[in-house]
Amino acid sequence: MRRAAFYVVLALAAATFLYPFLWMAATTFKSPAEVGGLSLLPDQPTLDNYRLMWTRAPFGRALVNSLFVATTITLSVLVFGSAAAYALARLSFPGRRILNAITVGILLVPAQLTLIPMYTLIVQLGWVDSYAALIVPFVFNATAILILRQFFLQVPRSLIDSARLDGMGELRILFTVFWPLAKAPLALVGILTFMGAWNEVLWPLLVVRDEQLMTLPQLLTVFSLGGGAGPRQLATKLAATMVLVLPVVAAYTFLQRYFIESMASTGVKG
Amino acid sequence: MRAEARSGLFLTAPYAAFLVLFSLFPVGFSIVLVLLKWDLVTTPTFVGIENVQHLIGDARFWQAIVNTFVFLAIHLPLQMIIALTLAWALNRPLFFRSFWRAAFFLPVVISGAAVTILWSALYATDVGLINGLLARLDLGPVAWLTDPAIAMPAIAVMATWKNVGFYVVIYLAGLQNVPRSCHEAIDLEGATVWQRFRHVTLPLLKPQTLLVVMLSTIGGFQLFIEPYIMTGGGPLRRTLSIVLYMYKNAFSYQKMGYAATLGLALAVIIAAVLVVQRRVIGSAEEA
Repeated sequence: MRRAAFYVVLALAAATFLYPFLWMAATTFKSPAEVGGLSLLPDQPTLDNYRLMWTRAPFGRALVNSLFVATTITLSVLVFGSAAAYALARLSFPGRRILNAITVGILLVPAQLTLIPMYTLIVQLGWVDSYAALIVPFVFNATAILILRQFFLQVPRSLIDSARLDGMGELRILFTVFWPLAKAPLALVGILTFMGAWNEVLWPLLVVRDEQLMTLPQLLTVFSLGGGAGPRQLATKLAATMVLVLPVVAAYTFLQRYFIESMASTGVKG
Repeated sequence: MRAEARSGLFLTAPYAAFLVLFSLFPVGFSIVLVLLKWDLVTTPTFVGIENVQHLIGDARFWQAIVNTFVFLAIHLPLQMIIALTLAWALNRPLFFRSFWRAAFFLPVVISGAAVTILWSALYATDVGLINGLLARLDLGPVAWLTDPAIAMPAIAVMATWKNVGFYVVIYLAGLQNVPRSCHEAIDLEGATVWQRFRHVTLPLLKPQTLLVVMLSTIGGFQLFIEPYIMTGGGPLRRTLSIVLYMYKNAFSYQKMGYAATLGLALAVIIAAVLVVQRRVIGSAEEA
């Protein structure tokens, strides 16, 4: 009996986290008269809110922008980051120690300190309203490099030595020897980087003003600030939000173990 | 030069260049900016400590600090209590355990902008879900986002909803590391579940608690998209956050020097608060 009560309470708790999403989804299909109601099934479902949202602002374009930016950043961090991590872990060259120290030190600097100077840099470079502004400052990621370097340090030297004896260059060693072994940390870094880039909104709000170049969360933000607060506007704004949320929820439903493990592992170290 | 050294330099040169341009230069330049008055269009003027003086006398800045502490005063206890409770609930053999965990964690992966818009709808005075539920119970509508005294607490509750799942996972990992021998020893002495929790489990969770407090504090000081979308910093500037104020100075008022000053002040404040928290909660080894 106590067990049953326990599960009921647990279900209520879970509902607090899940119900708002269901309510949001339902509201997007409601006509203004029904908006605000608690029911999850509209009496007169309508696609008007989605039609309105889609024609008012370039959400399709924003989706493509976000995909392009997030994918480019993630690939860059994985490829160039692992190259740097490999060198820092396994090669000896002048300046290696300083580079390591700076990589660790960078993590202590709060993002707010460098935000404004980086913004002025982008303006001076003439990169306002460009994909370069959205991508280049994130091409390397100190956290990713540290995670990968940590992992690479544990790969036995013997593997490298025998690969070198076979005449392999360093890049070939990295991609044919290290990468297959590093599937877990690479996936972790990949998910963290992609989610971070996908959800980033303050930086695009600073460096992009052209609607055609805005990322999805950015366009959503700008869109949500306009218009009024009536029921139709509410439903339309929620419809726009669904465009941003659905892909993530879909990915999460199938991959939630990977999401949770990668995002929480950065905090679960002891 | 040896081949290995050549390869090493080749593989890290792009990274080094990146660090100089996007990490080292910005840090150094932020200090320079504090001494300048610059709108990004005309040439900058050197103004010395004028920005800092203005900051000290800026009522909006201090209001933003107060707002952040109001936020933290509600968010931190809520976060700790709820995360710990849910983690404790999950720390046992359960049906569908990964489902419960996934449910709590879902808001963590959703974009802050999306969560904020969702909660703007929940908090809407006339058509919002929460007032709708209250109406069912014959309770009057609450002006969640337009009442100056309630707006920031409302944001604090939303932030807890969004992030608590992350800390549930952290606490859960900590709970699972508590050795069974500790539980068994206290059981023998006939202590209640609460006593066992308070005197054995809780102290052992100090590292996790410290992490929850510090990360949530940093998050609180970095509030931007929530007030930006929900309230624009109002009502009566009671939800103005430092980052929001910094953004306005850079983007709207074109005051780069002052914005950089705000950024520097924020970095210093965060560092100070974290140091104090570490002292108060104690380091992990004292458990």
